[in-house]
Amino acid sequence: MCVALPGRVISISGNHAKVDFGGNVVDVHAGAVTAAPGDYVLVHAGCAIEVMSRESAEEILSVFSELDLA
Amino acid sequence: MGYDGPPLSIMEVCGTHTAAIFKTGVRSLLSPKIRLISGPGCPVCVTPAAYIDRCAALAKTGRHAVMSFGDMLKAPGARGSLSDARAEGGRVEMMYAPFEALERAKREPDTIFALAAVGFETTIPAYALVLEEALARGIENIRLVTALKSVLPALAWVSERGGADGFLCPGHVSVITGAGVYARLAELYDRPFVIAGFEGEHILAAIFEIVRAVSEKRAVVRNLYPSAVREEGNAKARALIAKYFEPCAAFWRGLGAISDSGFRLRREYARFDGGGSDVPDEDVLPEGCRCGDVITGRIDPNECPAFGAACRPEHPVGPCMVSAEGVCGIWHSHM
Repeated sequence: MCVALPGRVISISGNHAKVDFGGNVVDVHAGAVTAAPGDYVLVHAGCAIEVMSRESAEEILSVFSELDLA
Repeated sequence: MGYDGPPLSIMEVCGTHTAAIFKTGVRSLLSPKIRLISGPGCPVCVTPAAYIDRCAALAKTGRHAVMSFGDMLKAPGARGSLSDARAEGGRVEMMYAPFEALERAKREPDTIFALAAVGFETTIPAYALVLEEALARGIENIRLVTALKSVLPALAWVSERGGADGFLCPGHVSVITGAGVYARLAELYDRPFVIAGFEGEHILAAIFEIVRAVSEKRAVVRNLYPSAVREEGNAKARALIAKYFEPCAAFWRGLGAISDSGFRLRREYARFDGGGSDVPDEDVLPEGCRCGDVITGRIDPNECPAFGAACRPEHPVGPCMVSAEGVCGIWHSHM
């Protein structure tokens, strides 16, 4: 239930971000983080819960695709 | 792992860890002297039956639509699941994100959208933001039926009962709480707390750290998931939680009531409260179900007489067989 996936912020307007998850662009609430376009965010239940580096995001993504949890 | 000391037990408190431990085969690499226990780390599994009954009753009023994450739908209450309520004509809708309720509520102003607000620290900021949006946009027909829990008091509860020699701490709960909060638990209960990511190697490294710390009698805290977890956690998310919610006693299915382990809406937001934090404290586990013994490590899932017989993923008797992150369901799918 606490699965969270990283994606890249494409644009941000107020608290609402468009986040790219490997080509799928999803609306994400960014009110719990301070993020800017280009940042990677960790997203859980439609809500960004942390900002992270690109390297960290890619590492996490590869783990979840291996585990088939993504 | 070449460990030959006294038998020791390690509790993981995150359903995603449990799933990863099985998928990556970590258990098969460990010495038989190391026992992994899957603790109360799946929110669905610890949600009391009376809460599910409350949501199911709301679904049947004709005025409410209950919105729930998918893994809650089949969790059994004392009088059936939310899926059963839907089959009986109740209105239950699956959500992927709680924010979906906002648009639905705006489109259907005569329906009250009751969110089955289940979850740990990871998920609570999303519910806080739903309220913040509802207030900003003047949407009044949303209710939160809360079963929100804090993982740390449950770790303390388990530690006080000697339930595990060390803890593999939840990765994404720790994103919010920060790694720093475990220092007090480590000191109080004199055992190690190690935060891990979800890769097999990371989990193995965390287990190694715990085994070494237990052997050397060191109550350490280690953060082996620094890519996502900061020492201080996400203060902005915690401020959102504190703005809309306050601590309360919560009832954990299989464990019982634990003081200050839950969150309920603050009084000023009472008009959004769909109940939930006030459901009766009664541990109604279905007959023959030993989920409570499983998540406290008293037995392994396959020691429950119902496991794989009366209780199967397609026909769950207990909550731990339901969720993709429930320990019995995970054991069953890897048999």
